[in-house]
Amino acid sequence: MPDTTQQITVCDATLRDGSHAYSHRITLDQVRAYAAASEAAGFDYLEVGHGNGLGASSLQVGESLVPDDEMLRTAKECLSNTRLSVHVIPGFATIHREIDGAIACGVELFRIGCHCTEADITQRHISHVRAAGLEAWGVLMMSHMAEPEVLLEEAKKMQSYGAQGVVLMDSAGAYFPVDVTAKIGLLEDRLEIPVGFHAHDNLGLSIANSLAALDAGARIIDGTAKGFGAGAGNAPLEILAAVLGKRKFSTRIDLYKALDAGEIAAELFAGSMPESNSITIVSGLAGVFSGFAKPVRRAAEQLGVDPRDVFFELGKRKVVGGQEDLILAVAAELAKKGGIK
Amino acid sequence: MKIRKLPVAILGTGNIGTDLLIKVMRSETLECVLFAGRNLSSPGMTKASLLGVPVSAKGLRGIIDMAHEISLVFDATSAADHMEHAAVFEKLGIRAIDLTPAKVGRMCVPAVNLDECLDLPNVNMITCGGQASIPLACAIAAANPQVQYIETISTIASRSAGPATRINLDEYLLTTENGLSVFSHCERTKAILNLNPAQPCVHMQTTVMAKVEDPDISATRERVLEMVERIRHYVPGYRLIIEPIAESGRLVTMVGVDGLGDHLPKFAGNLDIINCAAIAYAEAYANRLE
Repeated sequence: MPDTTQQITVCDATLRDGSHAYSHRITLDQVRAYAAASEAAGFDYLEVGHGNGLGASSLQVGESLVPDDEMLRTAKECLSNTRLSVHVIPGFATIHREIDGAIACGVELFRIGCHCTEADITQRHISHVRAAGLEAWGVLMMSHMAEPEVLLEEAKKMQSYGAQGVVLMDSAGAYFPVDVTAKIGLLEDRLEIPVGFHAHDNLGLSIANSLAALDAGARIIDGTAKGFGAGAGNAPLEILAAVLGKRKFSTRIDLYKALDAGEIAAELFAGSMPESNSITIVSGLAGVFSGFAKPVRRAAEQLGVDPRDVFFELGKRKVVGGQEDLILAVAAELAKKGGIK
Repeated sequence: MKIRKLPVAILGTGNIGTDLLIKVMRSETLECVLFAGRNLSSPGMTKASLLGVPVSAKGLRGIIDMAHEISLVFDATSAADHMEHAAVFEKLGIRAIDLTPAKVGRMCVPAVNLDECLDLPNVNMITCGGQASIPLACAIAAANPQVQYIETISTIASRSAGPATRINLDEYLLTTENGLSVFSHCERTKAILNLNPAQPCVHMQTTVMAKVEDPDISATRERVLEMVERIRHYVPGYRLIIEPIAESGRLVTMVGVDGLGDHLPKFAGNLDIINCAAIAYAEAYANRLE
């Protein structure tokens, strides 16, 4: 049994992962309203920004309505006990332009992410944040694609660069609880820094997987209000709050305020809350990044192919997050083959 | 009939330098008279020795000692090293092709500005993504002068990205963005790089996306097709994957780059394209001297 007296750090990614569900059109009013709710709920960190992190506003993955720095400054004004965090992917974001810009906005935690086998590209970014006296974690994305031992090696690299935590992201919502137990368990056992898990609900397992992570020793858990995130969404924070409480894990969460935050998010982003559908299920089955759902639907419609075929073909090609341009190539190829109804 | 090939040297005996050597040896106009590095037992040095190419472990000193016999040098060391080498080459009257991101000389993309670079003492080959995307950006900008924004995304095989590339991702992005702006005259640009670990390794793919009000698709298509043909003269593995299309308010075109498989595997089109560009420049320079 896990040590439930251990404090669990809860990360609220609503205003970052939710950006995918909202086509990156989150407004400053929505940031203000939700940041206040997150602060009241007692979540430890609130992550804010474009779905693919700092500097990711682009034609490739979608343009943000509001620039990173405005979103961050606005969120920061609404927070006191809840700390402000950002997602950073080297290859999109640079140190001097994006990270230093975010430091100036008052960001306290930088979660430096990469595809789960490429940790060495995070070295300079993690070191830079630590040298600036701020907190840095490593994030291994699409972590269903690598074996536990590979993830351990990559996580160890991040630890050696100065990361103060490592989060495994199930970016495609493709994990089963047994995978979580094996991977989180190994990392928890062999790393000196806390380990975390970030779930997606494509196969309906976000809470089960989050609980498996906690039981395997994870001390960091990600979620979003009502699951507001890419694909079928994330582990809903209000449910996580209930489960964590019932299992007597120690957190700062105020249950009623966490439930309220869910209602507030549902109202703020009405019409865009994620739901399970044939595309998100296939995305999870194919092991393709949840954030591909909207662009796949668009490309499939334009080129007259079945979006589910596009997902399975992308899965065969082992695409990683950031390769959204391949969606068009695959859809066009399928259209040319004409093997689709 | 050619009387004599242009005598060139290669400084830096890593993957890029060794691949360049194979390309020079195949050239009808270039001859490698020195392959210089620091370690005689490195794989590149061993290969060069086996191929009968004169080698030196004295690095830059080796070039200086033979300066009177060398017309052109390919510098495949590092940006910091090239900063020092550049002044020496200029003083010795040796033409320098810089394959590092040192940015000492004019940026050169053979399909776009070869002629204007032939009189310069030092030219820079930008980045692999720059060589693949800048010509497309120029074609798009030529067909659509109203272009507001240009973006390029490259995906390369993890195995083709060595330690230097990985530690210098920021420099890659900024250098590529700057190259896009300078060549296309579009001020707002962005570069994105993805590493993909899939096995078998993915071949380099580069997409250019642009924001253009009322894009002229047929003119863009014509310009892009013409540009691709021009690049294929010196990068045979450069091929169009998506012809220019308008989709979701973006102008999009995509190419793949297969390497020649000289020293580096065929999937490493990213390393091949920058070497092919360097050879194209050197051969044009040699032909002009004749």
